Parts: sequence; structure tokens; C-alpha cells
Amino acid sequence: MTESPDAARSSTPGNGRVDLPRRSEFRADDRGLADAAGSWKSAYIHIPFCSHRCPYCDFAIVDESQANEVDRQRYVDAVISEIAMEDPFGSLDSVNFGGGTPSLLTSDQLEQILNALKGRFTLTTGVEISIEVNPEDMDQRAIEGLVGRGFTRLSIGAQSFDGQVLGVLGREHGVGVAQDVAVEARSAGFESVGIDLIYGHPSESARSWRATVEQAIALPVDHISTYALTVERGTTLSRDVLAGAPAPDPDDQADRYEMFCDLAGNAGFARYEVSNHARPGHVCVYNLSTWSHGEYLGFGLGAHDHRRGERSRNHQRLDRYLEDIEGGIRPRIGSETLSVSDQERDRFMLGVRLAAGVALTPFATAFASSERGKRLIDAGIVDIESDRLVVTHPMLTDAVAREALSVSVGDC
Amino acid sequence: MDQSRIRNFSIIAHIDHGKSTLADRLLERTGAISERDMRAQLLDEMDLERERGITIKANAVRIDYEAQDGFEYQLNIIDTPGHVDFSYEVSRSLEACEGALLLVDASQGVEAQTLANAYMAIESGLEVIPVVNKIDLPAADPDAVAEELVGILGGSVDDVVRVSAKAGTGIEELLEVVIEKLPEPQGKVDSPLRALVFDSYYDTYRGVVALVRVVDGVMREGDVIRLMASGEDLVVAEVGVRRPAIEPTGRLGAGEAGYVITGVKDIDLIRVGDTVTHAENPAVDALAGYAEPKPMVFSGLFPTDGDDFERLREALDKLRLNDSSLVYTPETSRALGFGFRVGFLGLLHMEIVRERLEREYDLDLVATAPSVEYVANLADGTSSVVQSPQDLPDAAIRQSIEEPYVKVMIITPAEYIGTVMELVQSKRGEMGEMNYLSTERVELHYLMPLSEIVFDFFDLLKSRTRGYASMDYEPDSYRESDLVRVDILLNSQTVDAFSTIVHRDRANTYGKLMVKKLRELIPRQLFDVPIQAAIGSRIISRETVKAKRKDVTAKCYGGDITRKRKLLERQKEGKKRMKMVGSVEVPQEAFVAALKIGDD
Ligand SMILES: Nc1nc2c(ncn2[C@@H]2O[C@H](COP(=O)(O)OP(=O)(O)OP(=O)(O)O)[C@@H](O)[C@H]2O)c(=O)[nH]1
Ligand code: SF4
Ligand SMILES: [Mg+2]
Repeated sequence: MTESPDAARSSTPGNGRVDLPRRSEFRADDRGLADAAGSWKSAYIHIPFCSHRCPYCDFAIVDESQANEVDRQRYVDAVISEIAMEDPFGSLDSVNFGGGTPSLLTSDQLEQILNALKGRFTLTTGVEISIEVNPEDMDQRAIEGLVGRGFTRLSIGAQSFDGQVLGVLGREHGVGVAQDVAVEARSAGFESVGIDLIYGHPSESARSWRATVEQAIALPVDHISTYALTVERGTTLSRDVLAGAPAPDPDDQADRYEMFCDLAGNAGFARYEVSNHARPGHVCVYNLSTWSHGEYLGFGLGAHDHRRGERSRNHQRLDRYLEDIEGGIRPRIGSETLSVSDQERDRFMLGVRLAAGVALTPFATAFASSERGKRLIDAGIVDIESDRLVVTHPMLTDAVAREALSVSVGDC
Repeated sequence: MDQSRIRNFSIIAHIDHGKSTLADRLLERTGAISERDMRAQLLDEMDLERERGITIKANAVRIDYEAQDGFEYQLNIIDTPGHVDFSYEVSRSLEACEGALLLVDASQGVEAQTLANAYMAIESGLEVIPVVNKIDLPAADPDAVAEELVGILGGSVDDVVRVSAKAGTGIEELLEVVIEKLPEPQGKVDSPLRALVFDSYYDTYRGVVALVRVVDGVMREGDVIRLMASGEDLVVAEVGVRRPAIEPTGRLGAGEAGYVITGVKDIDLIRVGDTVTHAENPAVDALAGYAEPKPMVFSGLFPTDGDDFERLREALDKLRLNDSSLVYTPETSRALGFGFRVGFLGLLHMEIVRERLEREYDLDLVATAPSVEYVANLADGTSSVVQSPQDLPDAAIRQSIEEPYVKVMIITPAEYIGTVMELVQSKRGEMGEMNYLSTERVELHYLMPLSEIVFDFFDLLKSRTRGYASMDYEPDSYRESDLVRVDILLNSQTVDAFSTIVHRDRANTYGKLMVKKLRELIPRQLFDVPIQAAIGSRIISRETVKAKRKDVTAKCYGGDITRKRKLLERQKEGKKRMKMVGSVEVPQEAFVAALKIGDD
């Protein structure tokens, strides 16, 4: 059931279901919105296919040597079955296709999955339907196909506009391809078009990054995600680093991040979360809701569910996942139950990433008044203002979360 | 047992010359250990000994041997440690014996602890049998080594027994020499009981187990015994021998060595060095006992978790039973809370004690940089002993500071004499005599401040002589020196646990190196951490640990919040091992940074 859009603005956070406000009213530091987003519901569909594995990636994916087109359809069918097996959840405010490389599926396959979702759940009026795509998969037909099937948001995995950096990141698309996709997507009628960038590879210079950012903000896009390259265990990058190749330098990455915030900020993009900047009205519903401790269902390989009080996860191995579903079993491998205080802790741990910060819950208050909390406030890393706790140095968010996890509520 | 059939001896040598391996062969040869139970260095029973491949504790064992004369002999053997820090173990062992096997590695020759231990045995009036070991090695030069031994002990080259403990050659001959040359015990069988407690340990189930050497009389199960120093009367619950597993025998007679259990758990009642006699018909004179060993270095030991202070005290009390050289007094540090100032015989001893406390008593400890014991003479004519730099009286009321000097003996190939002299001079040493052991090897004597040799001197000596030099030292005297205390400030606050006393000439260099080392060891925090070194109020060097600028991960894969939380929690656990000093998180190893200054 969908309530009228106007009801949303009068609703209070945490007080049952809140509907989506009109998109044009989204603002990066809107606190009421950030709290409201905690009651939004999303679906995430993991598409694990990639043409090859990028050297820095440790996600659950299968590359082309492990899966052909037949396998893809089999996977799509499995996801559809999984959706059909899902318990009631309420209406969805956003649907996000991530990966892997969702653009390796055809528009028809994506539509099959969307139809399955529509068959099982209500979609809120104004629902956001988003997809992450690799530029080289997108021609005009593909773009129009997505718009035609109801997609409202496109995230383009541009990563960089420096050919040399693209090379070391293992990306196959040529410089310029991502720009073309952005322009075409805009004219094809997506509500929001975004690009994703990766910074901080040791071979990337400050100048190269500046050029990439300048090109990005000049494009007709309204959302930019930036990720600091990290060395994950078991990746090719990690092996290279262990063998003596230079590792990403955290100070350089901090410099790049600041440079980005300055340039993007001047161009009208505001940070609403550590890694996400948007123009007014283009905050990503799925992102905001995830970091606001919203609930979500995850479908597909290695996907995670979050229902109030419980988190569960799917198999990370494709054969197991398919086997379970085809045998009529839900492909779960684990779950954890969260007490009310666990949930408060998680809400805090996630919420500190938001520009709007977190409400001063008992957990946040206990932290703010602890020795550790006070030190961060004194150091100007954490700010308490009108009933909220805000991390003013986004690049130190994990440090703040860690400090907070070290304070038990009894400490104050 | 008839005392003429008893031989009591210690195996002594420089470190690694093969004492424990020889003990293996003796146990094997006499059938004390089945082939199945045999393992290398069997008497190194502690985990730490096995891991490090060195003996830390002397270990006594009884074996039976049927000699060529057709008689069965009882041999009480003590395997001793070779490292200089544990020479107190050797001296105690020697008191329980009539003889010693002095072992020398045929490829190394006489080294510093060979000499030190040989002199110790001779001074204790023991018969010393020279043995050249490792004759199987290609680099072995048994003739030259035998000559060196004759130079020290006198006698003739033919008296030197040649063995390979590893291959088992010469063991039979050695045993025959033992029977023939070592004197039998001269105990008075009919006199009142006198037995020396030469070691002890704590058994969770049985309480204190004392190792004793019966000198006069006999001790039986059920006897009421008296400890002459503590005055305590106890009932013997069990007596027996170690083979090395304990084996009750019901009695121990004059000349024999073994163990006694009384069931007491109070570790203060039975002290190493005490004399056991009977409560009825006690002996008049106690045996000589032992001089308390003098600790060389002192360091603070603090539980990482302040609540563990009492557990640390209990652990030290129990460990002391097995290591009578351990001394400790409570200490309070502003930075580290409540702990103990502990005296050690050297750095290896310190390391071992700390590890044993952590492992055997499940403690997590922070140790502070070791310091020697100074004497501060005050303007008012009094003086005070300073075991901890933080206790050094203020410069304003201080007249002078004295520091301990030691006599150092270094044995080195002659070609390194110049190198060694240079090193010694850089460490404020004064040249003493020099003796040639042979044409190629010399024995050098120096007088040096203990503080200069106790830390990295031995490593430097080894590396500059390609591992050929060895050294030994013993306390000499206290002398006045121009010393100052260098303090370290973190975030402008003096951290007492980092203070060190150094010679004025070295203070600046020390301050610079220390501050640099700390900058490497202290991880970046959420704000800048200035580190300063100061003498009084004068800052002599400064570095800053720059604030961390990035500490955030990218997005969560597929909404995996659990993994993210676990990661944060794991990182948090890692931080727990750090000590909060004011608002700065300091890793444990930073407190011994002073020891690591020489590393690079
Ligand atoms: N080749 C050879 N090696 C030997 C012989 N005896 C001992 N070793 C080796 O020398 C090393 C030291 O032997 P240990 O018996 O532990 O020496 P230790 O004198 O007891 O040493 P500490 O107790 O630490 O002073 C070991 O690696 C032995 O295997 C021998 O006769 N020949
Ligand atoms: S395309 Fe994305 S998901 Fe696929 S391997 Fe590369 S980084 Fe990983
Ligand atoms: Mg040994």
C-alpha cells in the first residue's frame, strides 16, 4: 500500500513506514531525510558476472571463463525463484542492481527480474530503480532499453578519465567512452545519472586525478561516487604489494579526497555520505537508506538481507547458490539476530558516514560523553550540534566508529 | 647406599657446547630412558628451553651405572645452563656435587663461560674432569682444545676425555673416568640429618617440591624435618629421586640427591639454600647455603589490565620458588599504574621471566626499559639507591651519582684485539690485563660501567668479531660518573616509564635516537603527537607523529554490514594491547624502545 507523498514530510523518523518525499526535495545534509531514510526499504540484486576480475577486486564474481550465456539465464531464473521464495516485506522504495557487472545482462533479463519483484512486492510510487553499468557495455540501444523498462538511475563505472590509470585498474573501456554514455543517458531520460570514480592508485598523480575530477563535474551527471582504492586480501593488487610494489598512500588519498570535495563542491555537488556526492534532488535513495540503517532484501550470489533485528546472507559460491535454489531451498548460509542495542550500535556505525550525522540516541550520547568521545570532540573530528553527532572529517569515519564501539554504554 | 658407590657431578660449559646433549647420552647409556621416550636435550623440559634450544634451569637426575669393576654406581647428574645470566644456577648446582665435567666444544675452544664456570668449580673445591666434545665436527681441533684446557686446569693432555655427545662416542670411557676420578661423598652416615635445598619448584597438586642433597644422616618418609633458617617443622610426605620422572624411594641417605615433598603450599617455608635437619635430634650447624645473587638490571613489569595486579604478585611469588634469583618490590607509575620493579640477572633472564609470567600464569604485561641500580649522593650527606630512573632525586638536592662497574673478561682471537679495544673504549671501559690462552687466542680484562655492557654490548662484540669473541662479567664496585636523566614527553606530558639515566656525553645522541625510535613505534593517532626528549626543563630533541588523515573503508560489498562491524571490532581488539598514556595510545614495545635504538 502506498500513502500519499505528502504524508512523508509530516512523518517522524522511526515511526513506522514513511513514504518517499519528492525527489527534488532531497538535500545532502537534510537531517529529517536521513532519519526518514532509515525506514525506507530496498531490494538489492547481485549480478555476479564480469568479463574478467579487476586486480583490486575481492567481490563474489564469476568471470567469463567460468560462466557463459546459458549460465547467465540459469542465474536469472534462480534469482527469480529466490524472489518468489521471499517472505513478505512491504513496499520497496528502491531497487538496485549491483555487481559484478549488471550490464552484462540483457534488458530483457533485467526486466524478467524486475517483473518478478513487482509480482512479489509493491513498489512505492516514485520508486528508484538503479543499475551499475560498465561503459563498454552501453550503446544507445542498451541505454534506451533500460529507460524503457523503468530504470530511473544509471551509475556509470567510469573509474578514471586517465588512460594510464584505467590500464592499471584493469579496466577495458577506452577514455571517452564513459563520457559518451553519460551524455546519451541524460538525453535518454534517466532521472539521475551518476558516475563512479576510483582514486589513490600509487601510479595516479595529483594532476591526473584533478583532470579526471574536472572532466567528471563537467559532464551532464548529478551524482558522483568516489572510492579510495584499498588493498584487499587475496587480490592481485595485494600480491603485488606484498611482493614490493608501492601501496596506496593514505595521506595521498586524503589529499585526493579533499581535492575532489573542493572541486565537486564548487560545481554544485554536495557530500551526503563519505563516498557519495549529489546535486540537489539527486541523492541516491538506495545509498541513503542503506547508510541510514534501512532494511533491504538481497537477492543473488553472496547478497545480504537486513530485516529489523536480523541480518542474513547467501552463499558466495555459485554452484551452491544454484543448487539450493534449484532444489527449492533458500540459499542462506548464515544469519545473526540483533538485539535492540545491537541495532542502535549498527545505526550509529553506519550513520556516522552521513553528512547529516546521527541523532543523539542513548548510544551516541554515551559515546559523546565518554573520554574517547570527548577527545574526538576536542580534536574537532566530531561535532555535536542541535541534537546530532556529525563527523566533520569524513576520511576518519572508521576511526570514529571504532572508538564508539570501544565505549560500552555503561561507561558514561 | 654405600657412599663409595655414589658420584655426584654437574656438567658445566660455555653456552651451546653440548651439556644437555651429553646428559642425553648418559641417560641413554645407563638405560634410564627407553628409546621411545628419548628426545634431544631431554632435560630441557620447559617449553621455553625447547623453543630456544638453551637450558635455563639446572636439572638434576639420578641414573644407575654398572661399571667395568662390576659394581653398580648411583650417579646424580646436574645439567646446568651455559648463558652468563644463569651462572647462579651453576653455582647452586656445584654446591650439591663433588665433581664437575667441564665440556668444551672442539670446534670453538675455551670461551668466556668455560673459564668462569671452571674457576667457580675449582673455588667450590670440586674435582674437575676436562672433556672435549663435538669431536665429530669437521672443524674440530681436539688437540688444540685439550692444550687450552691443560693451560687452565693443569694436568696432562692425556687426562682430557674426548667425546661426541651427538654421535655417542667416548661415553663409556667418560663414565669410567667419572667413577675413577671423582671423589665419593664424605657424608657422616650416623650424624644428625643435614640436607641442602639446592632447588625447588611448585606443583599445583603437590605443593612445593624441594630438590635436596643429603650431606649427613638419612631422611625417611614420615620424618618430622626442620628447616634451619625458617625454623619451620614439617612432615615428609614423600622422598624420592628424579629419573627425570619422580620416583618415590622412601629414604635418601648421606651422599644422595633427590626430592622431598611435605605438602606445604606456602612457598616461603622452604627456601633454596636452607638446610633440612630433623626436628628431633637436630644438627647444630647449618650448611653454608647460598649467597643471594645480585640482580644486575631492573625493569618495571605492569599488567596491561590494571585488575591483574594481584595475579601478577601471586605469579611472581610462585615463579620465585623456581627462580630464587628473582627479586621484586611494588612500583607505581603515573603512566602504567601499579606493577613491580623486578631485578634480573641480565637481559635474557628478563626476557625469560617475562615470557614465563605471560605463559605459565596467563598474564599480559608491559615491561619498561631496564636500568641498572644507581646510588645518588645528596647534598645533606645521605644517599639513596635508585632502581628506577623516575626515583632519581632532583638535580638541585643531588651532589653526585654513582654507578655500578663490572669486571669484564673477553676471549677473542688475537686478530680482533684492536677491534675489541675500540669497542670497549667507546663504552667507557678501562683496560686491565691481557693473557694469551694460546698463540691465537687472548683473554682480555676490563673494568666497565655495567650500564654500558648490559644492553647491546654483547651483540656488538659478536658482530665485530664475526661471532668469535665471548664474554663474561662480574660485579666490581660503584664509581661516581657524570650522569643525567633524560625524560620523554608525549603530548607535552612527561611519561615516567620512559625516563632513562645516561652519561652526559651521550645524552643528546640518546635523546635524538630515542625520540626517533618512538616516532616509528607509536602509530598515527587522530591528532598530532609531539614527542620530546628533555634534561630537566631543557628540551634536547623533538619529533611529531603526524595525525592520521585517512581511516575509512569504501562501500560494503552487497550490504555486508556484519563483516564491516567485525573488521572494526578486530581492529579495536588490536588497540586493546596498547596502553593509554594520557590521550596517546602507546604500543607495548615502545616501553622498551631504548633497547631497540641500536637496531638500525
Ligand atoms: N656435531 C655435534 N653437535 C653437538 C654435539 N653435542 C651437542 N651438539 C649440538 O650442539 C647444540 C647445543 O647442544 P646443547 O646440548 O643444547 O648445548 P648446551 O651446552 O646444553 O647449551 P646451553 O644449555 O644452552 O648452554 C645442539 O645443536 C646439539 O645438537 C656433538 O658432539 N657433535
Ligand atoms: S567489474 Fe567491478 S565487480 Fe567486476 S571484477 Fe571489476 S571491480 Fe570487481
Ligand atoms: Mg643445555
